[in-house]
Amino acid sequence: MMALDLSQNKHADVSYDEKERLFDEVKADERWSHVLYGCYECGICVASCPSARFYDFSPRVIAQAVAREDIDLIYTVMSDSIWDCSQCFSCDRCPRQNSPGQIITIMREVAVKNGLQTAKDALQGYGRIIYKIMLTGTQVSPDMLQPDAFPDWGTHVYEIAENLDDWRKALPPETLHTTETSWTIDDKTIIELYLIWHMTGVMELIEGIDEGLYDIIVDVMEERLEEAGYDDVTFD
Amino acid sequence: MIDLPVLKAADRKPTIDPANAPNVDLREELFQLEKEGELEIIRVPDNHVELPTKYGRMKKIPIDKTWHHKSCGQCGHIPGYSASIFWLNREFGLDYHDPTDQTSCTAWNYYASATSNPAAQAAVAVRNFAAAAEVGYFPLIHCGTSFGHYKEVRHALIHQHDLRRKVKQIMEKLGKKLIIPEEIVHYSEWVLAMKDRIAERQTLDMSMITATVHPACHYHKLIEEDAIYDKEIYGAQRTAIITGTLEALGITVGDYSTWYDCCGFGFRHILVSRDFSRSFAVQRKIEVMIEEVNPDVTVTHDTGCVTTLDQSQFAGKAHGKKVGLPVMSDSQIAALAMGAHPYKVLQLHWHNTDNKAFLEKLGIDHRAKWAEFEAEVAKIKDGTNEFMTWEDAK
Repeated sequence: MMALDLSQNKHADVSYDEKERLFDEVKADERWSHVLYGCYECGICVASCPSARFYDFSPRVIAQAVAREDIDLIYTVMSDSIWDCSQCFSCDRCPRQNSPGQIITIMREVAVKNGLQTAKDALQGYGRIIYKIMLTGTQVSPDMLQPDAFPDWGTHVYEIAENLDDWRKALPPETLHTTETSWTIDDKTIIELYLIWHMTGVMELIEGIDEGLYDIIVDVMEERLEEAGYDDVTFD
Repeated sequence: MIDLPVLKAADRKPTIDPANAPNVDLREELFQLEKEGELEIIRVPDNHVELPTKYGRMKKIPIDKTWHHKSCGQCGHIPGYSASIFWLNREFGLDYHDPTDQTSCTAWNYYASATSNPAAQAAVAVRNFAAAAEVGYFPLIHCGTSFGHYKEVRHALIHQHDLRRKVKQIMEKLGKKLIIPEEIVHYSEWVLAMKDRIAERQTLDMSMITATVHPACHYHKLIEEDAIYDKEIYGAQRTAIITGTLEALGITVGDYSTWYDCCGFGFRHILVSRDFSRSFAVQRKIEVMIEEVNPDVTVTHDTGCVTTLDQSQFAGKAHGKKVGLPVMSDSQIAALAMGAHPYKVLQLHWHNTDNKAFLEKLGIDHRAKWAEFEAEVAKIKDGTNEFMTWEDAK
């Protein structure tokens, strides 16, 4: 079982003021007033939580930490535990209407926005997924089913990879004859998606997590936007 | 001894009263915002049925004129899931739209990595809603996470003026409106609404089948008041989704103790930390189902759940766990009941866990069916056909 590291050795310690600033960002989120109402310490959230069964992870600890405004503990969980959460929201059955899962969603956003090293570590290996969703508009694609990517999914992944092109053509819905995206997506739709990323500052988040990945994605986006007549849209 | 009037669990009669619901009806707020000119609403088409939700409010489920908001994982890795939904629509001769002007909801990435923000998530949702409205169809959401996320987006857009303003500005720049559907509808609600019509057209007896059901977390735990419940199914103490459909097809649904547990998908975990997903799926779901019910199949209604419960069993077998339980969606089971081809339509070869024994129990000659599928593939390989069409799939 992985242990919640309270020694603060797994992540760089920072000043109390910096920890407080990060928590202030969490509290400033529009959703904050709807995710925490107090805590009975009943443990219903823990009993429902899948991650609590396999990690030293507790949605109750997180709800308690934020309710007490325990700045040090909040920073510790933001640097560790929050990435164990399954985001299933089973903890939403809380009798006080708390949503530890939503608290964690907000904490994760703040961790990413501030480029915490532990967020970078948690997302190691995830870059290809960010690349796929940001650039193609679908999260996974048929051609990702490769044996080296899913060795634990057994021999049928070999069979799918070997027959991929023909099996995709042997699908009755016309929109599913794709291999690089889950379905056919119009060019204009992708351009609109890039414009949304541009207008909402999402690419700045990617830059904070992985500068190399950011450069690659932005290059592709800017080229396609220019081709579509959006010469003035740059991510600098 | 004092005789306290304690009600025993067995004597409790659940009462469902919309007037006493613990939360407000979002639709009323939505219509009020429309009156104030804050947004527009996509109305549920006239051809719809109403089903009861958790606190008794009736939810309109469109029957046709549906705009199919497809799922990344379903279309990408288990494409017979989506193909079965389309096949059912076609069999009933319903008018539907399979759009190419659709992106992912991007919520899988959001819950996995947090590399997004509420404005971006809401803008992606509204862009898709607007695309549906532009062609005159109503969004039907295939993915459980898209469904849950869009319910949350709608909730946020109703209650957060600043978010509404931001999204409105973005939509204006895209030449689109801030438009939200009257109801957020999941395809499995459509399947449930169609269950009697599906049962009328059933050609395959399924009365010998026992199934377990896994309701998807993001279906019934996010904005829980918007999920379908029925007092005839578990006394409306858990969602009626899937179970109602299977019972209409004559399938026995077996109960198991960990029904509320998630599948182990975890969003981030299934992609980069699958040791957790595998362990949870096998030990908390599949093994428990087998020990307590020993079903022929487990049926669920979401991308991540089919994926995790199905794909995790290979590693479980290597560890000597009790596995080997086929996993399918309710759309695939419904299509199979109506005579759909197990490989041309259900595309069961994309699934991992062996399902041949299940097909044999239903009297399906899977070897012959596979040969028929391979014959279609051969036509593609030798250039006779470019693709397999719906006609070829009959």
